[in-house]
Amino acid sequence: MEAVHGHQHGDAHAHHPSGIMRWVTTTNHKDIGTLYLWFSFIMFLTGGVLALTIRAELFQPGLQIVRPEFFNQLTTMHGLIMVFGAIMPAFVGFANWQIPLMIGAPDMAFPRLNNWSFWLLPPAAILLVTSFLAPGGATAAGWTLYAPLSVQMGPGMDMAIFALHIMGASSIMGSINIITTILNMRAPGMSLMKMPLFVWSWLITAYLLIAVMPVLAGAVTMVLTDRHFDTHFFNAAGGGDPVMFQHIFWFFGHPEVYIMILPGFGIVSQIIPTFARKPLFGYSSMVYALSSIAILSFIVWAHHMFTVGMPAAGQLFFMYATMLIAVPTGVKVFNWIATMWKGSMTFETPMLFACGFIFVFTMGGFTGLILAITPVDIQLQDTYYVVAHFHYVLVAGSLFALFAGVYYWLPKWTGHMYDETLGKWHFWLSMIFFNVTFFVMHFLGLAGMPRRVPDYALQFADFNRIASIGAFGFGLSQLLLLYLVLKCIRGGKKAENKVWEGAEGLEWTVPSPPPYHTFETPPVVK
Amino acid sequence: MIRKIAQILISLLLVVAGSGLARAEMRLNLQQPETIIAHQIYHLHTVILVICAIIFVVVFGAMFYALWKHRKSVGHKAEQFHENTTVEILWTVIPFLILVGMAIPATKTVLAMKDSSNPDMSIKVTGYQWKWRYDYLDEDISFYSNLATPVEQIENRAPKGEHYLLEVDNPLVVPIGKKVDVLITANDVIHSWWVPAFGVKQDGIPGFVRDAWFKVEEPGVYRGQCAELCGKDHGFMPIVVEAVTEDKYKEWVAQQQSKKSQASAASAVDANKTYTLDELKAEGEKVYGKTCVACHMPNGQGMPPTFPALAGGKTATGPIAAHIDIVVNGSKKNPAMVAWKNQLSDLEIAGVITYERNSFGNKLGDMVQPKQIAAARK
Repeated sequence: MEAVHGHQHGDAHAHHPSGIMRWVTTTNHKDIGTLYLWFSFIMFLTGGVLALTIRAELFQPGLQIVRPEFFNQLTTMHGLIMVFGAIMPAFVGFANWQIPLMIGAPDMAFPRLNNWSFWLLPPAAILLVTSFLAPGGATAAGWTLYAPLSVQMGPGMDMAIFALHIMGASSIMGSINIITTILNMRAPGMSLMKMPLFVWSWLITAYLLIAVMPVLAGAVTMVLTDRHFDTHFFNAAGGGDPVMFQHIFWFFGHPEVYIMILPGFGIVSQIIPTFARKPLFGYSSMVYALSSIAILSFIVWAHHMFTVGMPAAGQLFFMYATMLIAVPTGVKVFNWIATMWKGSMTFETPMLFACGFIFVFTMGGFTGLILAITPVDIQLQDTYYVVAHFHYVLVAGSLFALFAGVYYWLPKWTGHMYDETLGKWHFWLSMIFFNVTFFVMHFLGLAGMPRRVPDYALQFADFNRIASIGAFGFGLSQLLLLYLVLKCIRGGKKAENKVWEGAEGLEWTVPSPPPYHTFETPPVVK
Repeated sequence: MIRKIAQILISLLLVVAGSGLARAEMRLNLQQPETIIAHQIYHLHTVILVICAIIFVVVFGAMFYALWKHRKSVGHKAEQFHENTTVEILWTVIPFLILVGMAIPATKTVLAMKDSSNPDMSIKVTGYQWKWRYDYLDEDISFYSNLATPVEQIENRAPKGEHYLLEVDNPLVVPIGKKVDVLITANDVIHSWWVPAFGVKQDGIPGFVRDAWFKVEEPGVYRGQCAELCGKDHGFMPIVVEAVTEDKYKEWVAQQQSKKSQASAASAVDANKTYTLDELKAEGEKVYGKTCVACHMPNGQGMPPTFPALAGGKTATGPIAAHIDIVVNGSKKNPAMVAWKNQLSDLEIAGVITYERNSFGNKLGDMVQPKQIAAARK
């Protein structure tokens, strides 16, 4: 190819812009990965500030800091920003950096589409965040945007809907890119069952995204037309049904939460074998488990709706299907432990986060199983038990997996080892404060505290105080990561090609940091 | 190093948990069950939690053992085994069988919860922004149930009472030992009627009616909250159920019905009476403080654009007919402003409109009589 020729002659960067324009026009998967990761970190800190404001208000009973209507804006925007601004783009950043390197491809299949997929996000984020300034403030309907409440909201709701459309388009484009890259650009000899598990996890996640992002777009568009164009999709008086919004939303929403965890499973599956110095125990089982989880994720959505009044047959079906997901998830946990078993483990920060992930994510899995039991869910739905559950799987799950991946691949990306002592501090502080914050929320939910409330009865005061203290500890600990990343970019001990003793895979055959263009000639994989 | 950190972690968690357990209010489990269904749920939860805890200990026992013994720093060398189909099948099938074991009692409870046949009485529960309305379908009693906690307590200007945020002006009263079918709906957005002690939570969907049932075993006062985000005062619309003996229940029903006939007699009188400006303003101030202040604020400033200002506002200082229309019939543009004709009497509406037109800096001097409101209802 012409581009490849030009680069081989060594005038690689003569025609590449520098400075800001480099970042605006880049079609390079490494640059774009970096952009996604910084974007997601900024959104993570923004969503975190909203969370700390929430926890500050909930520190004591009574209203001290914010009014109830603003409180609901905070809970809604915290959710939307973390889901769509922090977690999802972070995983896409990993996909961009790592997939071409791991399959021996020079870049993604559609490099310009890749640029667009990223650059749609900052305007969408600005639209979402500035909705706080709209008359009436940001939408306060919860990140789940149930109608008819969402139909009642002010213009901030419309801004959020458009932001979601833009972010959805970005995800769909990115997924098309990822699938095409993985299916077509693997190095010769790398069959699908020889791909690194991280690549498998993204292949499956990308299909999930293409399947469900349009469904979310449909749901929020129907809310938009109910709001402005006199449709009655969710209004019984016009022949519609508010519960239909929930069906459509959760048909997206449930696969969405698997979209947010599957790449995390992939990252952990790379890290554990490396630090155990032992191959992944059951490669094909792990692939089947990922696929089963993905397929099952389409048939469990109404477990978010056990209290709407669906007939017993519906409740039973969704209870059984949801319980089933525990089986492939358990298979993964057992395989990770079997990988560690009789290995020769060391506990650098990536391994700490990966092991911590298994421990705490599994706790979230157990509370998920408890919530799957319909009669128990009747008591726990819309309480702090659910808040505890999803923070265990999303923070201790997805976020810790992302942290693990950052520590694992940062030396490769930057060429410098990060400060291991600081990394360990970040791990332990995060682990401890995370549990202080969220473990007590299980008790709050069991005791009867509902979600999305700015104030609460006196019997909930003590655990709320503990949770708020933990939240501030957890939030401040993340500044340590920021410092550590900046310090690592600026310098540190030189990283080898194969940064970690037990690391396997094509990314460890290129220098740290890799040249701007890698694998211009595909390697041969045996 | 790891052991030291683990010790610190465990001590911290114990301190946190222990300091909590020391106090009576730190509840760790579901509330005391007061109905058969609530008992079944409590029991199900305990059994499943214990099963999960056992699996947790076994699985993480193995993991921590590996983390401890299979480390490079203690000299353990890595074996290179991988893949074992037998083991994969075993740890797929055994968890599956455990799940089947959990699903059987759970199924029984789901079917029991859904069996609302042959109730002894039916009550229609309607969720409003932000209160509940109860209609006893067999007794022709209905009333609204509002949060009774004073605003001073919420705003930290007065000490909080024992039932802070869990007290109402008019509780739901039911007899013990009778199967009560609650038919739940909503007037505006989705709400959810939840009493933890009964094991009942049912979403109120506007335009639809869905039911749930309970039979309370012991007399007592049982408190719950709205369990579906419904707008700004979602956290301020509790549920209080007073379960009483059948005799007390019959007494209460008789009381309610005589109150009702007194009220309709009173409003018949109201309809023809002509009130003074001061009488109307006094009535209006009471109504405003109970009903309007949450959105339109104590000083009439409102929270534009959703809750317009009454102080100097277009409607409150404009033509009387439009002011009456919006209070009586609600706003077509803004569903948050409901049709108060369903909730307030002619005197109350006349009073509050008069009050608004003569307060917050508005000095129109006009007044509205109850008979004008009666006419506007037609």
